Amino acid sequence: MDRRNFVKSTAALGGLATFGAFDKVLAQGAGPIKIGLMTPLTGVVASGGREIAEGFQLYWDQTGKRIGNREVQVFVEDDGSNPDIALQKARKLTEQTKVDFLIGNLLANTGLAVAEYAKTSGIPYFIPVIAADDLTQRQRIPNVIRVAGYSASQMPRPLADYAYKKLGIRKVVTISQDYTFGHEQCGGFAQVFTELGGTIVSQLWHPLNTQDMSPYIAQIQGAAPDAVFAMETGADATRLIQQWSNFGMKGKIRLLGAQNATDQSVIRTLGAEAEGILSSAHFAEGNDNPATVKFVAEYQAAFKKLPSIYGFSHYSAAMWLSEAIKRVNSNVEDRPRLLDAVRKTVLSGSPLGRQVRLDEYGNPVYDVFIREVVKRPDGTFWNKPIETYPGVSQFWTYNPDSYLKQPSYSRTFQGIKKV
Amino acid sequence: MNIPRVAWIVLALTALAIMPAVAPPYLLSLATLILIYALLAMSVDILAGYAGRTPLCHGAIFGTATYVAMYYVTTAGGNPWLALPVGIAAALGVSLVFSVLAVRTNGVYFLLLTLALGMIVWGVCQRWTSVSGGENGIRGNARPAMLADPSAFYYFVLAVGALSTYAIWRFVRSPFGLSLKGIRESESRMRSLGYNTTRHLLLGFLFSGLVAGLSGVLYAYFNSYVSPSSVALAQSVKGLLMVIVGGVGTLFGGIVGSAVIIVLENIVSSFTERWSMVLGALFVLTMIFAPEGILGKARAALLTRRKR
Amino acid sequence: MSPAVLQLLNSLTFAALLFLVASGFTLIFGLMRIVNLAHGAMYLMGGYVAYAVTTSSGSFLVGLLAAMLAVTVLGLITQALLRFVKGSELRQVLLTLGLALILNDAALVIFGGDTFSVPVSEGLRGATQVFGVFYPRYRLFVLFVGIAVLVLLWLLMNRTRLGSLIRAGVDDAETVEAMGINIRLVFVATFGLGMVLAALAGALGGAFLSLYPTADSEILVYSLAVVIIGGRGSLAGAAVGSLAVALLSTFGQVWFPELAYFVIFGPMALLLAFRPHGLFGRVQ
Repeated sequence: MDRRNFVKSTAALGGLATFGAFDKVLAQGAGPIKIGLMTPLTGVVASGGREIAEGFQLYWDQTGKRIGNREVQVFVEDDGSNPDIALQKARKLTEQTKVDFLIGNLLANTGLAVAEYAKTSGIPYFIPVIAADDLTQRQRIPNVIRVAGYSASQMPRPLADYAYKKLGIRKVVTISQDYTFGHEQCGGFAQVFTELGGTIVSQLWHPLNTQDMSPYIAQIQGAAPDAVFAMETGADATRLIQQWSNFGMKGKIRLLGAQNATDQSVIRTLGAEAEGILSSAHFAEGNDNPATVKFVAEYQAAFKKLPSIYGFSHYSAAMWLSEAIKRVNSNVEDRPRLLDAVRKTVLSGSPLGRQVRLDEYGNPVYDVFIREVVKRPDGTFWNKPIETYPGVSQFWTYNPDSYLKQPSYSRTFQGIKKV
Repeated sequence: MNIPRVAWIVLALTALAIMPAVAPPYLLSLATLILIYALLAMSVDILAGYAGRTPLCHGAIFGTATYVAMYYVTTAGGNPWLALPVGIAAALGVSLVFSVLAVRTNGVYFLLLTLALGMIVWGVCQRWTSVSGGENGIRGNARPAMLADPSAFYYFVLAVGALSTYAIWRFVRSPFGLSLKGIRESESRMRSLGYNTTRHLLLGFLFSGLVAGLSGVLYAYFNSYVSPSSVALAQSVKGLLMVIVGGVGTLFGGIVGSAVIIVLENIVSSFTERWSMVLGALFVLTMIFAPEGILGKARAALLTRRKR
Repeated sequence: MSPAVLQLLNSLTFAALLFLVASGFTLIFGLMRIVNLAHGAMYLMGGYVAYAVTTSSGSFLVGLLAAMLAVTVLGLITQALLRFVKGSELRQVLLTLGLALILNDAALVIFGGDTFSVPVSEGLRGATQVFGVFYPRYRLFVLFVGIAVLVLLWLLMNRTRLGSLIRAGVDDAETVEAMGINIRLVFVATFGLGMVLAALAGALGGAFLSLYPTADSEILVYSLAVVIIGGRGSLAGAAVGSLAVALLSTFGQVWFPELAYFVIFGPMALLLAFRPHGLFGRVQ
């Protein structure tokens, strides 16, 4: 190593030290409330990631970025759709920016990685979009709470019930992205459907970002089911819906979607191919409930598009956290009290137009809609509720203790009832 | 080795050694990460700089060690200390397969073949859900209890890094290392001189894989998490860029490059989301204006100064 | 309804798209020895521009022309930058890698992260009966375009002066230059041709595979497999390679879903290890 390089490296080290020394140790309760929002602003789910940030910020912009006498500062970091980067950012936000709590992430693996970090560091972590079942079931972490979120297997169950009882469907093929979120959603659907007496003819799993869905569509044609349950997100959802229509399957075999498959983030760039697809979710942007209509109008005015689950969840989460923080008189530094307040908060002003509360395991209970994709007068499409299943928790009608004894959903365990 | 150089190295080591006392915890973890990645970068340099074969698979070798270490400790319940030899062994195994297939090619074809091989590893990690956890990866604490404290871990990584750097330094200056350099200059000449170039390259690749594997296990200790992103092409690209920015064939360039890239990433991402674009621009500008890297340029400047 | 016929058609239509992307890639690689790792980004940019212009102008043809123009300009910039690193293959490859990162992020900034599909004209929508199955018209159109381009390229390479210069250049660029031919112009023309093909592929692919932030690296990976299997600089190689990769990918997804990438990269790695120049590549 020569002199020039040595000077460079010492300067770098010196620079790092001073850079770090700019940490101000704030007097407790006096400075701003610092929130660390992690979201994928780049990478394959960049559009959803952007909406997370937009939805979250919308709430603070509307309410003036203050709670009590403390200012609210939101620090947004890009997790790059990558768990290693997400971890790095979580560390940065917690240890360098010294935020009071973490929130966000979109992809399941980023959420799981950060949850692990939250476990060891103790920082509160809120997950409105990360839906991994076990975070509120078998592998609960006390300081990780699913504020305004949902667990993966929670949502498809009403759809399975509706399909069997109201639509008379008896044979289903499931097609899904091959990772835990997909396994859990399909498991939720399959268990209820088979317990009612239906048959899962076959289950197709494809890697994330499968370009060409045609081999799977061909297999579905061969299996000739009554309906297909498609668990897809993002570009995979767009491709499946489009290619399904291109192959003339629309209208021949009924397509049921997971909530992400017909989410605004997918259907807003699609056309008539999405029309008529049924899904089930707690949020339907076409709901005529006044609170929902108001929220959708405000969101559309701010961002020129209809809200997706990402924007909605984080808006609701901001609202939820705001109420919890008020309950503890803005004393966010007292973590146990804050977490307790979050757990006990009953959200009344939610855009859902109904009260939302958490169950004892830290997951919200919702009224779930069966939604249909319908065309609006202006030619765009959105989800309108056609039926409501009230009070759906992550455990459906099962007893939590006995439910937790069954294994987590995976490729090999789908809850299918053997005849 | 001359006195001033030893002095600089001692000074640098001292500066690194007092870091835990002066640096805030986040910067300490950043420094730890820089040291871990420096090992990865140096492993790439052994092949790229000294043997003249540029690989794009070392991310996969690194990540394989991380996966095996994580699996060994969290799923199989093994001793965290033993994760080191187990992870390194896995890395050596993968390197052996890679090298046997790749050693007959050179230049761009070597690059592409190693890229393809790395992608296979990535595909396996992504799909072999029962072992690798698929997209969700494997999480849990793999670090030995004695190293739980961040300062203790930092010193451990520093010690391992310093020893490894010394080992690599001795390796590239050894007759074997010099013969690798000879192969870089002219493979045909080395062959005509009677060297078994294939065997040399194979062994060089294995040594390079060993260092990458060591880095990978340290990363498992550091991160408590592994997923397919750790074996992805982007990881190999990152390691390669670090070497290039630091200076291919300079060995210490790996350390410099690692520091530059990681610090830059940290600073840039505070101001903009366009880190990817900045990284790409760095790549392009380095290739055009400074392909020999920071240390390479410094070395050239030193030579011209000495000539006067 | 015969699944085998269906899967075969799926493979053929996917192969047609891969051929369009890979043919440009292999020509540039073959003649100029440049592995243009930004080729996938060119595909994506072409697709995005085609999408934007087609939706605003209402004409797919206008969108396609705009895409070709945009990507050719990007290609000229790339070539200009590559001249700074002439002489080192490796440096050129790495420079294009950097460009790929820049272009990918630029696309995200300009077009956003939503998934887009290039709109298809009415006549090409829906499905039609062929060989006893209902098959999307659009995919058949892509197959047709792929075959047409193959024929046109073959005519170009074998029946025109430019083509013979390219082929000679692939074999031995130095001699061609020594013979007084302005090899630089041939390079520019070839690169431009590669860019036009990438834009065409992006516009066509954008309609059934859709466009989104990581589509560039995905199609690049497939192109690499095609060119490595088929051989550098060979049109026949690109055609055969595309067919091979598409068949492996399609049937691999059905028969060996566990193995996904391995089904494509395994054979590719083995081929590279034992026959580095691919099926149709020439040993230099």
